Amino acid sequence: MGKASFVVRRTLQLVVTLWAVGTVLFGLFRLMPGDPTSYVVSSQMTQEARQQLIESYGLNDALHVQYIRFLENLVVLNFGQSFHSNQPVTDIIATYMPNTLVLMLTAFIVAYALGITLGVLSGWYRGSRFERSTVITALTARSVPTFYVGLIVLWIFGAELGVIPMSGMTSLGTGGQSTGFLDMVFTLDFLRHLIAPAAVLGFYYMGYPLLIMRTSMLEVLSEDFIDVCRAKGLKERTIMFKHAARNALLPIITAAAIALGYAVGGSVLIETVFAWPGIGREMVRAVLRRDFPVAQGTFIVLASTIIFLNFVADLAYGYLDPRVTYD
Amino acid sequence: MAQEEQSTRSIYTDLDDSTDEEINKWERTFRLWRETLKEHWGMLTDELSVKLSMLTVAGFMLIAIFAPFIATHQPLQRQFQGDAGIIQDKWAEPSLLGGDTEYLLGTTAEGFDIFSQLVYGTRAALLVGLIAAFFTAGIGTLVGLVAGYYGGKVDDALMRIVDFLYGMPLLPTVIVLVAVLGPDLWNIILALIILQWRSTARVIRSQSLSLRERPFVKAAEVAGAGDWHIISRHLAPNVLPMTFLYGSFGIAWAILAEAGISFIGLGDPNTVSWGTMLQASRAYSALSFGAWWWFVPPGICIGLLVISGFLIGRGYEEITNPKIQ
Repeated sequence: MGKASFVVRRTLQLVVTLWAVGTVLFGLFRLMPGDPTSYVVSSQMTQEARQQLIESYGLNDALHVQYIRFLENLVVLNFGQSFHSNQPVTDIIATYMPNTLVLMLTAFIVAYALGITLGVLSGWYRGSRFERSTVITALTARSVPTFYVGLIVLWIFGAELGVIPMSGMTSLGTGGQSTGFLDMVFTLDFLRHLIAPAAVLGFYYMGYPLLIMRTSMLEVLSEDFIDVCRAKGLKERTIMFKHAARNALLPIITAAAIALGYAVGGSVLIETVFAWPGIGREMVRAVLRRDFPVAQGTFIVLASTIIFLNFVADLAYGYLDPRVTYD
Repeated sequence: MAQEEQSTRSIYTDLDDSTDEEINKWERTFRLWRETLKEHWGMLTDELSVKLSMLTVAGFMLIAIFAPFIATHQPLQRQFQGDAGIIQDKWAEPSLLGGDTEYLLGTTAEGFDIFSQLVYGTRAALLVGLIAAFFTAGIGTLVGLVAGYYGGKVDDALMRIVDFLYGMPLLPTVIVLVAVLGPDLWNIILALIILQWRSTARVIRSQSLSLRERPFVKAAEVAGAGDWHIISRHLAPNVLPMTFLYGSFGIAWAILAEAGISFIGLGDPNTVSWGTMLQASRAYSALSFGAWWWFVPPGICIGLLVISGFLIGRGYEEITNPKIQ
């Protein structure tokens, strides 16, 4: 099978997976106990008004009618309106998604820059005390839950020392929605809020590229061309960074794409701890108050980020590594 | 089926001449599995970090089993009644820090004994970790073996399910599932199992794909061995190390996930877990009051147990992947 048909097949698979996720989600939310309208309907409302409201959300239609309408809306990216605030879900996503992305990308850049460098070094100096301690650090970073590290950081630097704000993305009254998103990002106040969650996440994500890079380095270092480099009399540092590390980088690229997807999906906890107004926290809040449209919409955004980045990783592998065959 | 039994006997009669056919078959299977495990156990316990991790896990297991004897109070029994629901001004200081109370680590804002909650939380963590890991590794291995061995349409169908599961973000999916099924420890375990077998299945499949092309499997096929015979006796013992590797990582991931779910507020309200302790401490702003004895210990316990799982898994990885040794 050639490259073209691989791309076509993989694209079809992407569409089918998205459909399957949407369908399962539709089913799950319809099974959820609790009356979603109880949050919208006030007790003073008359029975007729209440019925009218439920009707307007289309909650009385037969399930298959609701399902078909759900799929139609999915294609045109219309996730309906929030039961809670009556805002269109698309607007809610557009408000919260950039916040999540800023946090995740900052953490990711820090984590991968540090992780790759430390991974190269620990693979190179295998068996040394340096290697042992970096590996243990990486494992520790991945073992302690991020939300716990977040709590500790908030306690020490927020409550005790008072150098970082306890919650949120901006202090009230500065930045915020009145100015544009980009204007807000480049304020000192925003950076003060960003630094703690980004550092905690960066520390957590660092472990993964570090361990992969180390393993990959070990495999590359056992290959013949490294011996050839030595025989040519190249400097050790040149061999390490120019020859070994560059060849060991391949698994990191695909791993990074996939990990970024899961990072966006896993934003739930860190956003809850730091009260960061991102999409993961919004999803949890929507689930807790039975706000189906918002929960559904935010979940689909999280899932399709993962699915899409997996897709990109699969395609990238073929382009980056000429040894890959498609059969 | 009858023919398969016949051929099995004819191959192995010279190896083992016991008369009881049925027992014999199982005995041989178990012996194969046991031998693999014994060999790895020996290599595993050579490493110091692995030994320490195993001691840690064993220690937590003892605490979990003897929780009622270690705990000084009932974990969900209010130690004093306040007029209002919240008893913040009555927080008992930990006696370990010189507080003049009978509570080792003080009490929570709701009036629960923290030390006893910590002890009982071990039970929840181990329960979630061990059961979820057992089933994720078990289901994943079975699916992986079947997909890899049969190939073709069976493989395609099973792997599409795995692909679909890989498209689901872990925590959000567990949150939605728990919201549907109800906040209960068993539902959290169930939700974790539903999602987490994906990784084991993928790895075991690729292993059994390559194993089934090996001469010894071909030989068994030619000798007339049945599908199940080949899967259980020729493939399974060879993928077992991977199963255990993913099992020990699975313990760690399950404990982390349970803590996260409980922290968000979807934990079982009738069970004490380290996650629910952290959630309560956050809800009553223990951070701002500086009541660190409430929220520091549960996190350390989570970290210790999880890192032990990772270190055991990594020790195992070094054995199974000679290239990184």
